Amino acid sequence: MQQLINGITLGTIYGLIAVGYTMVYGIVGMINFAHGDIFMVGSFLSLIALLGLAALGVTSVPLALALTLIFAAGLAALYGWTVERIAYRPLRGSFRLAPLISAIGMSIVLQNFVQVGQGARVKPMDALIPGGIELMNQGGFAVQLSWMQIAIVATTLLVLAVFTWLVTATPLGRSMRACEQDIRMAGLLGIDTDRTIGLTFVIGAALAAVAGLLFLLYYGVIDFFIGFLAGVKAFTAAVLGGIGSLPGAVLGGLLIGLIEVFWSAYFSVAYKDVAAFAILILVLIFRPSGIMGRAEVEKV
Amino acid sequence: MTAALRDALLSAAVALGLFAPLVGLAMDNGDQGLVLRTRPLAAGIMVALVFFGRLGMHLWVARPGREARAVRRSIAVPKAASKYIAPALLIAAVLLPLSGSRYYVDLATLVLTYIMLGWGLNIVVGLAGLLDLGYVAFYAVGAYSYALLAETFGLGFWTCLPLAGILAAFAGVLLGFPVLRLRGDYLAIVTLAFGEIVRVVLINWVDFTHGPNGITDIPRPTLFGLRFSNDEGSDTVAAFFGIEAQTIHRVVFLYYLILALALLTNWVTLRLRRLPLGRAWEALREDEIACRSLGIDVTKTKLTAFATGALFGGFAGAFFATRQAFISPESFTFIESATVLAIVVLGGLGSQLGVALAALVMVGGLEMLRDLLSTIGEHMGSELFSGLAGDLPTYRMLIFGLALVAMMVMRPRGLVSGRTATATLGRQDA
Repeated sequence: MQQLINGITLGTIYGLIAVGYTMVYGIVGMINFAHGDIFMVGSFLSLIALLGLAALGVTSVPLALALTLIFAAGLAALYGWTVERIAYRPLRGSFRLAPLISAIGMSIVLQNFVQVGQGARVKPMDALIPGGIELMNQGGFAVQLSWMQIAIVATTLLVLAVFTWLVTATPLGRSMRACEQDIRMAGLLGIDTDRTIGLTFVIGAALAAVAGLLFLLYYGVIDFFIGFLAGVKAFTAAVLGGIGSLPGAVLGGLLIGLIEVFWSAYFSVAYKDVAAFAILILVLIFRPSGIMGRAEVEKV
Repeated sequence: MTAALRDALLSAAVALGLFAPLVGLAMDNGDQGLVLRTRPLAAGIMVALVFFGRLGMHLWVARPGREARAVRRSIAVPKAASKYIAPALLIAAVLLPLSGSRYYVDLATLVLTYIMLGWGLNIVVGLAGLLDLGYVAFYAVGAYSYALLAETFGLGFWTCLPLAGILAAFAGVLLGFPVLRLRGDYLAIVTLAFGEIVRVVLINWVDFTHGPNGITDIPRPTLFGLRFSNDEGSDTVAAFFGIEAQTIHRVVFLYYLILALALLTNWVTLRLRRLPLGRAWEALREDEIACRSLGIDVTKTKLTAFATGALFGGFAGAFFATRQAFISPESFTFIESATVLAIVVLGGLGSQLGVALAALVMVGGLEMLRDLLSTIGEHMGSELFSGLAGDLPTYRMLIFGLALVAMMVMRPRGLVSGRTATATLGRQDA
């Protein structure tokens, strides 16, 4: 039960990152390798914002969190846009490995940029929202639901609700879905595809930054390398849920979070990352289209 | 002019947004948690760089006619020069130990290790077009194979070298089987996962691999059974030839060993390219579906590419283990894979000479630049140069990453373009 709660909390964070992967893949058809590092940048931006707000004398925790959320999401979105503009846009129509290699380069750049700018040591932070409620207590085994976990899940739901509204009910969402179905046709019908792709990266990066803030709150420790593992796991989540499918990404995130937590609890903590990688390989071999994806026929 | 200025200002504004928090504000680990420190100067310099860089780009680079000329020039030079560069490099490499400088021989050994890894990966990425982000796994398998065989069974380097290569090739086939069906970018992620799995297993399987502590006292290679050692034994090289024992002998021997291994890799690759198998690799890189339609066994072709690439990775790993005499999982991180990939990409995905030059510049060049800076710093007593030298390893990966992006954006076919097919019908347009 406790593991279930922990797994869902972790899963929502992965789900938020996975949405960014799946959106970009759906539209451009490439793996945005630097997405995990945007998440890491978002996490650092959040920590800086929290420290800055504390220095400015903002003591109310909800207010500080809200401001941090906006600050981190906004600036990470700027990072997402810049990455797309510099590293991916000039490569549209190039040979198929080019954007991927460029993305790996961008990922290395972001990691080392943060390492140079902020130092290689881990950054610890005190828990902002202490305490919690005890759901049940059976013979000494207490099931804890901390306020932090409630806050994380609630924030995720809120952000995803806004995001769903954005995709289903706005002109931007409509052009995004059009680009996903057929980018050339969308272009012919008068949709500015470059702008749409740019905005897709912006939204994905903002979601990743929210995930970064939640990660920071949940673990209280970040360093410049967190993006790599979180990125691979979120990508696994996106593939597991069916790449290109937005609800699939969230579902995949939850599953990966649950699997990781249960694996650590019942098998071995040391091999928990291997579990995530193994799932990725197994899914790709046996069901490449994922749970909610549709099979893709490759045509000449 | 006005448009250029406005665009530059806009870029500067974006740069301000990007750099103000992450460069302008630094978090220091203080005694009581984190402390914010402001660095307005550093952020200002970055923003100014972006502004003037963008302005300069508009004023000079974007002039009509300029680009076409630049492209023509950069293609013409390697074509004419590559005929002379390769032999010249080879002669320089053979003669290098005569300089008698241990520093240069050590550095060249390092560069040659990367050249060999680059050539090995080049078979997989450059020839067969399979993007492998976990190449370091084979390097690790080779290194651990030798170290463990030597430790457990007391086998020597020359027995273990082929064994390490074969075991690494097996690992290559093992990885190859499940990923046969995957397309380019999925393949990349799975190979990345494979590399990480190998590393995590090496760390956690303490009984077998000694875990994070690594393996120490790996035996050095021998010259036809003669040891390189300073002790009084009769089976040392020094005793046999009746010369004074010096450490430099072993260093030079290791240097020639890696040179021979690298040349072997190069020779095998060049020969394979002329076989039907090599042609099949290149065909696979260009178009997998067409390849299958023409009756090429895609499974076999992919597996041999993985196995051959892994084989040379394994050789390089065994050499690394014997040179260092100590290995631990620390040496086999994703960064190594990325470095080798960067070398292959910069070298031009498929060009043997390009890989060698890229490794020379990226590994050797940066290393020498660092030493040069620290020497200048010592002589002038200047803090600036020593500080720069100390920071250089940190900036190295930053430069690698930027180079990867710049390379893809500006010259996706590499510095020395070798991606033209070996066999073509009729006239060949480069």
